[in-house]
Amino acid sequence: MSRILNHRDTEDTEILNNLRVFVSLWLARILLWLVPLSFLVLAFFYPLSRILSLTFNPQALTAENLLLASRVLLFTFYQATLSTLLTLLLGLPSAYLFAHYDFRGKSVLRALTAVPFMLPTVVVAAGFSALLGPRGLLYTLFPLASFSFTGTLSAILIAHVFYNTTIIIRVAGNALSSLDPKLEAAARSLGADSWRLWWNVTFPLLRPALLAASLLVFLFDFTSFGVILLLGGSQFATLEVEIYLRVLRLPNLPLAALLSVIQLICTILFSILYSHFVSRSTIQTAPRSAESNIRKPKTLREKIFVAAFAILLASFFILPLSALPLRSLFRLEADRGQRGEIQYGFTTDYYSELFINRRDSIFYVPPIQATVNSLGYAGATVVLSLLLGFPAAFALAKPTRLERILDPLIMLPLGSSAVMLGLGFILSYGAWLTSPLLVPFAHTLVALPFVIRTLQPAIASIPQRLRQAASSLGASPLEVWKNIDLPILRRATLAAGTFAFTISLGEFGATLLIARPEYPTIPVAIERFLSQPGGLNYGQAMAMGTILMMLTLTSILLIEKIRIPGTGEF
Amino acid sequence: MKHFLLLTLMLLAACSPAATATPQSTEPQTLTVMTHDSFSISEGVVKSFEEANNAKLVFLKSGDAGAVLNKAILTKDAPLADVLFGVDNTFLSRALEGDIFEAYESPALSEIPDTFKLDESNRALPVDYGDVCINYDKAYFADNNLAVPQSLEDLTRPEYQDLLVVENPATSSTGLAFLLATTAHFGDSFTEYWQALKDNGVVVVDGWETAYYTNFSASSGHGPQPMVVSYGTSPAVEVVFAEKPMDDAPTASVLGPNTCFRQIEFVGILKGTQNRSLAEKFVDFMLSKQFQEDVPLQMFVYPVHPNAALPDPFIKYAQAPEQPAVLAPDVIAEKRDAWIQAWTDVVMK
Repeated sequence: MSRILNHRDTEDTEILNNLRVFVSLWLARILLWLVPLSFLVLAFFYPLSRILSLTFNPQALTAENLLLASRVLLFTFYQATLSTLLTLLLGLPSAYLFAHYDFRGKSVLRALTAVPFMLPTVVVAAGFSALLGPRGLLYTLFPLASFSFTGTLSAILIAHVFYNTTIIIRVAGNALSSLDPKLEAAARSLGADSWRLWWNVTFPLLRPALLAASLLVFLFDFTSFGVILLLGGSQFATLEVEIYLRVLRLPNLPLAALLSVIQLICTILFSILYSHFVSRSTIQTAPRSAESNIRKPKTLREKIFVAAFAILLASFFILPLSALPLRSLFRLEADRGQRGEIQYGFTTDYYSELFINRRDSIFYVPPIQATVNSLGYAGATVVLSLLLGFPAAFALAKPTRLERILDPLIMLPLGSSAVMLGLGFILSYGAWLTSPLLVPFAHTLVALPFVIRTLQPAIASIPQRLRQAASSLGASPLEVWKNIDLPILRRATLAAGTFAFTISLGEFGATLLIARPEYPTIPVAIERFLSQPGGLNYGQAMAMGTILMMLTLTSILLIEKIRIPGTGEF
Repeated sequence: MKHFLLLTLMLLAACSPAATATPQSTEPQTLTVMTHDSFSISEGVVKSFEEANNAKLVFLKSGDAGAVLNKAILTKDAPLADVLFGVDNTFLSRALEGDIFEAYESPALSEIPDTFKLDESNRALPVDYGDVCINYDKAYFADNNLAVPQSLEDLTRPEYQDLLVVENPATSSTGLAFLLATTAHFGDSFTEYWQALKDNGVVVVDGWETAYYTNFSASSGHGPQPMVVSYGTSPAVEVVFAEKPMDDAPTASVLGPNTCFRQIEFVGILKGTQNRSLAEKFVDFMLSKQFQEDVPLQMFVYPVHPNAALPDPFIKYAQAPEQPAVLAPDVIAEKRDAWIQAWTDVVMK
């Protein structure tokens, strides 16, 4: 108040001060942006612009090409929208389940839902085939239920839901568990029923996180590649698949460039839309522990919901996943005479074979070494993506005009064609292709949007008034950080780190593209086994897939263990 | 800016050994070999080359054969490697038109049969060959008293309805090779043949892995189709990688005239290499008996050297057709896209 009264007297110094604050704010922002932006320029914009400027040609804009492009674009939209809606249908109640209820086996179930996300498509496809394929488990149990799975749109949709539900559970669940229960209690005491509570209180609060999660899922479905090729077939070509075909199979680089530009434009549009929605609806929440929201189901209705949904989730995720360990320990012995009969013979050969370099190949890699390689790359990716993600997320949390322009750029690496980007990498950094360091860089490029999108809403939700109140009551900046920022950020940092870790573990394309064959990751090793005939090769691929699955499952469980204690004590 | 520089420096520091290998008399000289994912070689064979030539071999795998070639053409002004192995006859013309190789008349070529030398100016030198053939499930045919088809025409007969799985030639090089066999045999009427195959229930999948492991009945996947487009050596691989020792291969190949398509793989010295003399030595080495005899069990293809001894499983179980389908590389280069398009219009519509 006094400042306003004295305003006229101190006008000059005030302007100077404002200017100083303004300049230092901008300087701080530029510093925040410097690291992540340089990375994006180096690892994304530069290589992509090199390949596009080499291949893009306005002469590719023929009626025929545009017709093809619009047909592919339409299908890409169609399947991505359907997939996202289905993923929300399963993901939202699951997020609610995990955020509100405590039940036996919860942490394992939660970890299970994240496993598909990091399994390479070949392994997931093998799992689904073992379950739903022509000789699959389902067929053996119900021989009359004859249906085709691979090669259908349903296969693509189911695989997309299978892969991406974890994004909704993690991002939306994170937001759900940090909602203030007092708000709900207040609304209820004012007479709101469940529906109105959801529509007027919960949903508006959740909207930024929901939009962020849906957009990530949509983008993943939009640029889907391996799932389409392995489970659907190229008649269900998305933009990404068509680009791949036009680069490697029916070479027409100008058409591929045209399609990549279309895909990029779409991604920019989604990102702008997203930033527009999110910047309007950031809500600050109280710093609270996750547990205070979580309780055991009490009423019969709650118990039924929890039990039914947990079983549904478990079967949806466990059945295809269990096909892997099953096939890695049991060989199929079809009776030669009756082709319908299949017996399972127990064997540990596949695992022991992993340790034998039968052909003395120079590219043989013992499973431990592949595991160490994978973990090393994943650890480097976590560090790198958090280092780059934090400054960007801080800058984005309180957006100025600069951020509104830069914000959509963050998402671009997710929506650009990996095939084209790969070519750009080779064109730009050809001489460095033999460096193993390029792998965590490529993985970070994929992980960074996740990391930033997970951290940003959490940073934005740190209530400034609470921080100010704490400071004015005498709390040191360190104490403010420890008691207010950290509890909120800790959860988000763990979620972001988990994303980076798991993305790196399962990433296959970029690793294959730039990896030295001497340092393969587990997914690369799996692919090597699957590219040759022979029962042992197939079995070893399943065994390696099982190792990857166990590894990811344990990593996630460990991370959740860190997450559960601690948060409540602050 | 500091971080930017740091980042660049980190990259540079990590990569400099490969980027700036300076040849010295004591330090081994690095030779980079660009190749496809299926390439393999024994540790001992690599060592003997490295020791004999004071060299260090670095292998750079860049996807399948098509991807490797694309990358080589794209980077020909600043080549990523000294030697490229793995261009086959279906891609040979594109490689030669792309002008990525330096000619090298290796003395070792004198021992290689002329039928494999498709490039007269020796920019691409033959190393190995293999045939894409239809594999069949021996047990299925025996149990059902079904005769094994002897020709492409046989496959359209009603007794083979729904029994064959092929790969899409637009997405799979194995599928492309089989399409080429049909165009070599039927000429322009190959589309009618594919219409007949489609009417007879041919199953199309996108890649060899799916065809072999999900659809083929004699593989570990125990799929529904007893015939699959694979390789003439696949039966031998089934024995080498059998879960239990086998006295006989569970599969065999259809070997009738023109049913198989022969793929020959070539090696070439990349234009602009700084290690020309070492690259020459490596090419000579690839044509030597030591390397040639390592080829069969590493990559499951045949050596081009006529005197290279074949391993046991190859002699017993691998089969090579007497009359594989043949097409000139320039005809393939000229017509491939149109053929794939025509195939897509008939089979996928």
